[in-house]
This record gives sequence, structure tokens and C-alpha cells, in this order.
Amino acid sequence: MTMETETRFNWGEIVRLGLLAAVIALSLNLIGLVGTFAGRDIIGGMVSVGHVFLFGAALGCGYIAAQRFSGGGAGNTLLGGLVIGLLSSLPLVVLVLIAEPLNLRQFMPYVSPALLEMLTFGQGQALGSLILIVVASVLGLIGAGIPLLPSRVRQPLIWGLAAVFLIGLLAEVIILAWGNQGLGLAIRRFVFAARGLSILGASLVFLIVVGLSAWWNSRGEGIKARVNALPPERQRNLRWGGIGLGILLLLFLPMFLRTYLTEVIDNVGLFILMGLGLNIVVGFAGMLNLGYVAFFAIGAYTMALLTPSEYGVAGLSFWTALPFSVLAAVLMGLILVIPVLKMRGDYLAIVTLGFGEIIRILVLSDFLAPWIGGAQGILKIPNVSVAGMELVKPEHLYYVILAGCLLALFVSWRLRDARLGRQWRALREDEDVAEAMGINLVKTKLLAFAIGAAFAGMSGAIFASKLGSIFPHSFNLMVSINVLCLIIVGGIGSLPGVVVGALFLVGLPELLREFAEYRMLMYGALLIVMMVARPEGLWPSEVMKRELRAGSEEPLPAGFVVSSAER
Amino acid sequence: MAILTSKQVTKNFGGLTAVNSFDFDVPEGSIVSLIGPNGAGKTTFFNCITGFYGFDEGQIFFNNHLLNGRSPDRVARLGITRTYQNIRLFTNMSAIENILVGMEPQLKRGWIGAIIGSKAMREEEAHAVEEANRLLRFVGLAGQGDLLAKNLPYGDQRRLEIARALAGKPSLLLLDEPTAGMNPREAVEMVKFIRNLRDELEITILLIEHNMRVAMSISERLTVIDFGSKIAEGTPEEIQRNPRVIEAYLGRGAATGLATNDSDPKGL
Repeated sequence: MTMETETRFNWGEIVRLGLLAAVIALSLNLIGLVGTFAGRDIIGGMVSVGHVFLFGAALGCGYIAAQRFSGGGAGNTLLGGLVIGLLSSLPLVVLVLIAEPLNLRQFMPYVSPALLEMLTFGQGQALGSLILIVVASVLGLIGAGIPLLPSRVRQPLIWGLAAVFLIGLLAEVIILAWGNQGLGLAIRRFVFAARGLSILGASLVFLIVVGLSAWWNSRGEGIKARVNALPPERQRNLRWGGIGLGILLLLFLPMFLRTYLTEVIDNVGLFILMGLGLNIVVGFAGMLNLGYVAFFAIGAYTMALLTPSEYGVAGLSFWTALPFSVLAAVLMGLILVIPVLKMRGDYLAIVTLGFGEIIRILVLSDFLAPWIGGAQGILKIPNVSVAGMELVKPEHLYYVILAGCLLALFVSWRLRDARLGRQWRALREDEDVAEAMGINLVKTKLLAFAIGAAFAGMSGAIFASKLGSIFPHSFNLMVSINVLCLIIVGGIGSLPGVVVGALFLVGLPELLREFAEYRMLMYGALLIVMMVARPEGLWPSEVMKRELRAGSEEPLPAGFVVSSAER
Repeated sequence: MAILTSKQVTKNFGGLTAVNSFDFDVPEGSIVSLIGPNGAGKTTFFNCITGFYGFDEGQIFFNNHLLNGRSPDRVARLGITRTYQNIRLFTNMSAIENILVGMEPQLKRGWIGAIIGSKAMREEEAHAVEEANRLLRFVGLAGQGDLLAKNLPYGDQRRLEIARALAGKPSLLLLDEPTAGMNPREAVEMVKFIRNLRDELEITILLIEHNMRVAMSISERLTVIDFGSKIAEGTPEEIQRNPRVIEAYLGRGAATGLATNDSDPKGL
């Protein structure tokens, strides 16, 4: 397909997109996503996540069509969106009509009466099908209409919708964390329905976010310019002030979040710690490591063996064992580096993959079982304790994990902007030239693997103490894949990206029980969508932004390098 | 005195002898060119000097250091840096970052200092940035430091690559076809620039050059290599008259034709 046919309006293409939307909508119904998520309301009693899955394809394909035929004229584009929406609803109508006569449920277990009820909006077959067609068509039309809006209208609108979606999605969690007395309860009753946002709450959230976004659109540049115009001394104070405020907020977080949510955040924190480590290896130095879980496992097992656990040999406390756990992971990192020094790209990925499996199989093996428990794992790993007090509750452990994450963030940040970070970037760009410029490849790679392994080892050690028992199956390949996914989704090489990615890929699925079954499907879909729509990640690093903004002549933000040297 | 001496260097790729018992001297402070037809082994010889390839026989000495078996980074730290035939900048790094990487042989402070933010490290970085800006001005790229290397025009990329090589404070600079892809006017400028380098920074320059006019005008001495072996050596005048050289370039029988026509053998 050439560029020319893409910009010209083309009914064949519209029909194709319509059929695509139809296939997506139908399959999301048949695999049960729509039905499963029908119970999670975004706006109580009106819109559920199931609806989003049901009509998302119509909306999305309408949007894509309008973007592709941006030169086709508004009338045609909107009509195209309408047709796409209409087409997407047709197989669903057929489904509604044939489901009962053919008793489809026999071999399609998700085609339940509840689903059919949802598809027909509870209005019976004839009227319900009509409503379904109309709603899908209108949403296709709206999807096609969005790109036609000027960006100063479109952006606040999209932000507003995203905010409503997110807050509605997490309504249950927010309610859980919300205060239960006085004004708090009154506001909560007002904003939230029994499930999801109330209609008033949704409108309120929407209006506030749209307003904020519009305000930022008109004033944001001015504010940024004013901040940039401040003397460097003041700018630095401002930045440190912001960081200080953030840390203060983090310190008080468990008090707002209560036990269950803090537990979730603890798990996210362990993944952030691992993500930061892998980010150094993959993001900074550009070496793909698929066996990263091995370091996590070694950290955990070292902790288990050094403390008075079931198989403990040393009887050390958590704090004394922690440095040894980190050290053990680092040593493993150094051992792994030796065979992979000369390897690049795919070969490196395969070797590290094998390494991860070797470690997993070793801890699972009967051969080592007398010492590390084999498949039975190691039980009775003692809790973390401070000054004689055992840290049992997630709220307490939170501070240990937070300290680890902040340390790892600080180290990553300092190294990124320093000579070593520059060496890693050069290595990532062109290994041969980097070496010819005087960079010692062995030392540089060794440091990347060792520091990356140290963070994972720390994460593993905390993990072991937190759970109190460890089993080989906790250290399978999926952990490596998860960590890799979270740094890709967050933005490779980006420190805030690791945090965002972990919240998104580890935190969100834990909060949405319905996800469990579809977790891997969601991961796959999310990765594909991300790579197509936003390959630089949710919160991209400066480096990735530059790389992917191909051919742009824009200079970097003034003093990008100079300021990094000053810091 | 020779700054670089190659004694009987041989490099085989399987059955192919790319460099064959190569004897070669580069006098200190001179500009020397290595010329020869495509595939003659010039770049292979560069790769042998810089440690990218290990060679099978012979020795290379640099300032009385034996280079055999040294890795590229150690060769760079001894004072030999290079540019590449097809420009190999770190394309997604800014111009100034490229130069900072080139400065590696000068930088001493390690990563622990970077984490704790030691004063010595900050001073070294500040000094390096200053030095990098000075180099940018020297090669005529003042104010372009924050541009990505890939967004610079071709000629500027060549100059940036040279600046990166100079950042390591080399005493011997290897230039692999510095005028490749340039039009005659740009090539003349580059010749001036290279000569300037030698005169101002007092470094020795060894270059590979395909453009005969450039090679003849810039070099004090030339060495001609063909099928991995040295076939001639001397001043530009001597080389131009050498029948073996003409034969290597144009084949037997062309010698008489070229000897009288030295106007424009560009592209040979």
C-alpha cells in the first residue's frame, strides 16, 4: 500500500476496518472478556469495563480510519466511522439472535444469558439489537470525530475520559482507602456509586480534568518558560523541593492506603527494584538479559540459607544477611558475564535465558534438595526486625522496600548522568567504536551486570523475608519476562518509566481480580499496542525520545549535557 | 624517528592473506598516506594497528611499545585514535557526548565517585565538558554541541568524528578516507584542516586515501599497498612516476598513459 492510497478516502478500506472491528468485538465476547468485566462498573449502573471491551473496537477503528484519511473531508470521515461502528455490531446481533435457538453455550461457555442480556441492554432481542447497532454506530462516529477536533479541544477531552476510566476502574480500591468518617464519607457517597463512579462523580472528575488540561495547554508553556528562566540555583532548589515533597508523600502513603493496598504496593516495589536493575543492563547498556530472575532467586535463597530458617546454616539476622545476599547475586552476575562478554543481541539473550533456567532447575533439583529443599522450598524464614521489633505488617515492610527502591533510583540516576552512564550509552550504540575510543568493554559490561544483579539480589532477599518461605516455582521465566515487559512498557532506559511500568503491569492486575485469567492475553495485547502506538514507552527517557523522533532537527533541551555534568 | 613501526605484519582471513609481510614506518610529526586499490588491505592494516584484529605474524611498535595482543581500548590509551571510512559516530548521542566518549583515555574518575558525587568527579566532568566545547570550536562546530550526531550535515559529521578522535589526545591519528563522499571543494577544505591539525597540535597523521589528488597534495610520504603487500614507497613525485603503482591501479599497459596525465585521477 502506498502513501497515496492511504490519504485518499476509500470505502474498501473503511469496510476492512469495520470487519476488523467486528472480529475484535466478537472475539472479546466469545473469550469472555466482555462478560467477565461486565461487573466492574466505571460509572455505576451505566458503563462497565465490559462495555469498553464491547465498543472499544468500534471507537478505535473509527479513530484509525479518521487518522488515515485525514484529507478525506469531514463528512466522509464521519460517515466512514458510522459504517465501521455499524459493521462492528452486526456479528454481535447475529450472536444475540442465534445464541438461544442453537444453544451456543454448549461449546461457547462464555455466551451466557448474562452476556446476552448485556448485549441487548435488557430490552429483548428486537429492540435490544437495534440499540446495540445504534450505540456501536454512534461510537464509531465519535471515534472518527476525535481526530477532526483541534488539538486544544481533543487533548483535554482525551485526558478527561482517561481520568474517568481510571478512577472508575479503581473505584473499589479508592473507596477502600478512603476515610470513613465525617466529610470524607459524605464526599465518597457523593462521588462514588455502589460500584464505580456515580454519574455526578464522573461528570465532576471529567470536568475537573478537562479544565486542568485546558488550563495547562494554555498556560503550561508559559510556566515552564518561567521556571527555565529562573537562575540555576533557584531551579535546583525547586527540583530538590519537589523531590523532598515526593519522598514525604511516600513516607505517609501506607497510612492512606491501609493494609491490602500497601501489600499491593510492596509487591510493586519489589518489581520496581528488579526493574531498576534490569534497566541498567537492558536500558542503559543495551544488553538483553532474559535470565534476570536468576539473580532474584540467588538473593532469596542466600537470605533463606543465612537466616535461621528451615535450612538455615548461619542464623544471621535479616540486616546482616542482606549484604551477603546482594554480594552473592553480584558474584553470580560476574560469573555470568564471563561467557557472554563477546556476545551481542540474540546470542546474549539466549545464553542468559539458559542461565536463568539453569538456576531454576538447580534449586528444584533433588541433587541439591538436602541443602535447599528442592521442590518443597524453604520454610520458616524469619521476618525482618528492627530493634527487636518484628516487621510483620505490610505497612512496616513498606519502608524497607521503599528504602531499597530509593537507593536503587538514586544510584541509577547518578550513574546515568555520569561517565559510566555515557560509557554504557556508547556501548549500546556501537561496541566496536566504543572500545576503539578507549572504553574498557570488560569492565563496563561487568559493572552493568553486577549493579543490575545487586538490585535483583536485594529484591529477592526482601521477598524471601516478606513471604517467610520460598519455592522454586516463584523463580520461573515469567518473572524475567514480567520485569522486561514493565521496563519496555514504562520506557526503556527511563527511571520514572520503571515505576510507571511496574504500577501498570504489576499493580493494576493485582487490583483487578478479573484480570487473573486474562493476564497473559492482556500483556501480549498491551505490548503489541504499545509497540505500534507508542514504542518509546509510557514515560520515555530523553534518549529514547531522541532516537525515535527520527530525522527531527530539533536541538536537545539547552544544556542537556552540561547541566548533567553540573548536577 | 619513527613513531610507528610495522615489521613483517601478516594477517590471514582463512586462505586469504589480507596483509602480507608488511614493513612500514611512520616518522614522527609527518603526514603519511597509505594508498592502494580496493581490497588491497589498507583498512585491515588499520584494524591491526588499533587492536581490532589480532595479526598472525610480525610486530607493530608504537613509541617503543609492542602493540601485539593489545585490546583496542589499551591501544587508544597509548595514544592512537582513529576515524572510520563510513562515519561511525554514536548517532543517537549529542555532538558533545560523542567528544566526551572520545575523551575516555583522559578520564580517571570511577563510578563510586559518581554515586557519592565527589568533588574530584564533578571537577573532572566540568573540565571535560569545557575541553569538549573547545574541541567543537576547533573543528568549526561551535554551538552545535547539543545537536544529535545523526542530525549534523555530512561534512560536519566527518569533522565531529575527527574531533572525537582528537579528544583522546593521541600522538598518532589514523584517518580512514577522510574525504570520502566529499565534493572537490570540501575535499580541499579537509586537506587544509588536516594539515592544520598536524601543525597546531603536533600530532602524526597516517591516512588512507582513495582520492589521488588529495593523497598527493597532503602527504609527505606515501606507501602503496596491493594484495596486502607493499609495492612502493616514497614522496608524491616518486610515487606518481612509479610504473608498478600505475600498473596496480590501471593494469598493465596503462602506465604510459597515466604518467603524463596527472590532472584528475580522482576516483581511481
